[in-house]
Order: sequence, then C-alpha cells, then structure tokens
Amino acid sequence: MRALELDAVSVYYGAVRGVEDVTMHVDEGEIVALLGANGAGKSTLLKSISGIIHPRQGTISYFGDVLAKQSAHRRVARGLVHVPEGRRIFTTLTIAENLELGAYGTQRSRTERAERLNEVLDLFPLLRQHFQRLAGTLSGGEQQVLAIGRAMMSNPKILMIDEPSLGLDPQKVDIVYDMLEEVSKLGTTVLLVEQNVSLALEIASRAYVLQQGSVVLSGPSSSLENDPRLSDAYLGKSTDVED
Amino acid sequence: MSLLLNEIGNGIFLGAFFGLVALGYSMVYGILRLINFAHGDFYMVAAFVSYTILGAVAVGNSHGQWLTVLWVGVVVMVITGGLAMLANQLVYRPMRRAAILSLMIAAIGLSQVLENGVLVTPQWGATYLVFPVTTPPSGFNLGSNHYTWAQLIIVLVSGLLALGVYFLVGRTLLGKAMRAVSEDRIAAVLMGINVDLVIAIVFFIGGALAGAAAVMTGVYYGQINYLMGFTVGLEAFTAAVLGGIGNIGGAVLGGLILGIVQSIGTGIFGAEWAIVVAFGALVLMLWFRPTGLLGERVARRM
Repeated sequence: MRALELDAVSVYYGAVRGVEDVTMHVDEGEIVALLGANGAGKSTLLKSISGIIHPRQGTISYFGDVLAKQSAHRRVARGLVHVPEGRRIFTTLTIAENLELGAYGTQRSRTERAERLNEVLDLFPLLRQHFQRLAGTLSGGEQQVLAIGRAMMSNPKILMIDEPSLGLDPQKVDIVYDMLEEVSKLGTTVLLVEQNVSLALEIASRAYVLQQGSVVLSGPSSSLENDPRLSDAYLGKSTDVED
Repeated sequence: MSLLLNEIGNGIFLGAFFGLVALGYSMVYGILRLINFAHGDFYMVAAFVSYTILGAVAVGNSHGQWLTVLWVGVVVMVITGGLAMLANQLVYRPMRRAAILSLMIAAIGLSQVLENGVLVTPQWGATYLVFPVTTPPSGFNLGSNHYTWAQLIIVLVSGLLALGVYFLVGRTLLGKAMRAVSEDRIAAVLMGINVDLVIAIVFFIGGALAGAAAVMTGVYYGQINYLMGFTVGLEAFTAAVLGGIGNIGGAVLGGLILGIVQSIGTGIFGAEWAIVVAFGALVLMLWFRPTGLLGERVARRM
C-alpha cells in the first residue's frame, strides 16, 4: 500500500523555487530517507506534505486520498505527523504538557490520552524521568527524544522527521536513531530528512536525493551508498558532469 | 493608617475592574502579540447593550434586582464575546500574515468604528446615559469606611471569573493548546491544533470578561458614555503591562496594584490626577522592570 505518493509536486515561495516537479512515494511500513545538501528543498517538501505550505502544482496522496488544500491540523488528525526541523518543542510547557498536546488532534478523551501517555512512556522511559520539568530546561538530545515522543502520542501512521541528528553529539544521535527504529518496528511509516548520509542510509531501505529542488537520484540504500553521484549532489556539482 | 486601609479597600474594588479588562488585553497579546486597542471599546459596547437589555426587562428604576442583573450579565458576556470573535474574524484574521504594526493600526481603526457606531445608533448617542438599574447603598463597615454589598459582590465575581480563566489556561487541554499557540504557532498546528479556532476562543473569553466588567460598571456607577472604553482601555492596558503582559496572573495582579496605586494617588493629589498616577506607575515599572512583575520568562535552548 502506498502510504504517501507525490506526483510532480512544485512548491514556490513567491517567485522563489522551493521544489520543482518532485515525484516520489513511500510504502506502508518503510523507512525512506530524503537526502540532500542545505537548501536542496528537503524541509520544503516535508512542509508541503504536512500542509504548512501548499504546492503550486502537483498532487500529494495519503493512502490513496489526494490531500489538496486540506488544512495541516486535519492531516495530523488523520495520522500524518511531522516533527519539524529544530524540534520546536514548547519550551515554556512541561514535558507532561508537551506530550499531552501531542495527542491533541487524535485522542479526544482524557482516559485515551492517559493510556496513550503510558504507552509512549513505556516506549521511551527517558521521558518519565523529567516528567514535570519545563521542556526548555532539557538538553538538545533530550528535546529531540521529547519531540519524537510527542509525535508518537498521536499514534501516527506516517512520521516525518526533519534532521533529527542536527546539533547532537554521536552518542545522542545513536539514542535518537534507536528510537526511530523502534517507531518503525511498531508499524509506523517513517520519512526521514537527513544531511548525514551514512546515518540515514543505515536505517532507510530507500532514499531520494534532492538537489536544487529536484530529485536527482533515488534507489535502494545499498546501491546509493557507493554511488559517486551522491557525494556530487552534496558538493553542489551537477550530476551530469563527468569526472 | 485607617485612611490608608480605606484607600487599599477602594483600590481593590477599582482593581477588580481593571483586572477583568486587562485579562482580555493580556490573553490576546499572549496569543497574537497584538495590543488590541479596540478591547476597551468591546467593554463600552457591552455597557450600551446591557443598558438596552436592562431597560427592557428591569421593573421600574429600583435597586438591586440581583437575579435580573445576573442573567443579563451572562447574556451580555456572550454577546460581547461574540462581538470580539466577529472582530477577530473580520479584521484580524485576514491580516494574520501582516506586520504587527498594521494590525495595531487596524485595531485603532476598529476602535473608532465601534465608538462612532455607538455614537450614531438611535437611543445611544453622545450623551451620558443613566443606567436603569443601580446597586443599593446598604452594606457593612470595615474600619472607618463603608463598603456596599455590591462592591463586595463585584470583587467576588471578578475574582471568580479570573480564577476560572486561570484554571482554564493552566489546567485544561484547551488552555495548554492556547499556551502552545502562544509560543509557536507552526508547532501547534503540527500537534493537530486548530490554531484559528483557539485564537477565536481567546477573543471570545477576552470579550466576555470585558462584558462582565461593563455590566458591573453600569449598575455600580450608574452612567455610561460612548468614550468610556478609551480611559478604561488605557488603564487596563497599563495594568496588563504592570503585571507582565501575556501573563494571566500578571493581569489580575497588575489590575489590583494599579487600582490601589490609583486610589492612594488620588487620595493624595485629587481625583483629577487618576490617569497621571496610573501612567506614572507604568513609567516607573517600565524603567525598573520592563517585563512587568510576572513578565514572560524566555527560556529557549537549542
């Protein structure tokens, strides 16, 4: 089953091109990575899928339904959840409150939310320790753990996560990636945006490589790992230049 | 000494009004970073609406009629809340991507529209209107000062409403959503929060509180005027800044402190200095503690 399908999607910020003519898909249960250098359009693509911005052209389908102009908060309620770049946890709220809000769009009753909270805390025991602390007092790594835990509160079908390793030391990165594998094992489809290529290809089954807003390369992780065109995309070279 | 206690008593009474109106200012600021200059005029319109409704349902010009005032008060709260929501929908929501300065200018424009709208409405107009119901003078003595039961009730009702808001914002899921929208609107959307709805509810609550304050002003002071929102708006804004704008507890605390300072100040300098004392207090506060007493602590960490 296609969890997510993008057909010729173009996104513009006014006259500035964000992404151009992107066609890609993510199957249910997969981990798919979206790779590319800074400014390649990865975050823009995620934002258009979660509905924060709307594409100028093309269609985005979610389990077969075209999302069109459906508002972002409705998409969350349907299980399409986005952990944005920079984590954006609510620093002035406690960890408990952050988690509770994660279930805002989906778990309507208090008991449902409490049940879900227990499941998520069992999944990520780290969050239990500082439960009543203000989220702003957490370290960067803990904030990322919270951001993922908060997203899991809604029991998403698809988790999109933007640069989870950014600014974290290697030990913390391991913790976060272990979490993502855990999430995937539970049956949640993962779309991962990452600059750190080797890290992403380790857990993703397939990847798309964006360069200047367009997909220049895609395929299974194993074949991309040693593809010289991949590093070219990061160094900003045009892919058709022979070396 | 007892003179001072009297002024504090009067100040708390005055502060209850300031606090209720300040809550609306502060909540809207908290969620939109907008100083809603039209907020005082929601209060003014509410006073005129309650004047008309009370005039239609009150039996003669008698004192008291507590039950009538109570249900009219609730109706006026709903109407004023609806008015504030409508203002948000028609004026502020289409400007959500505009610079905050543009919104403030729109707020001043809305304030003009409301004031002049009341001015040209038949039966309302420019003159001071005498309220059809007033509060009785009976009450109790505390020290050498006489307080009426109405004053006590007004302080209690204000306190209950403020507590209700405090509970709503602090404890309920909706309140947490409000705080989330206040901190990071995009992140709030990504939680599945309908941000436009949350903002509309904040406007409703702010308007309803101003409506309650207006009904109580009307029955207590006995007269209303189409410019009454301007002064109260400025005073409530001062109260909100004193307490730390964006902070619920701060709005109430700021209201009480402003009420007491103004009461003591006018006791010393005379009633015509009320506004000067209020703004003097504001200037001093901004001088020594620009965030207000309970101003937002900004804790952001990467």
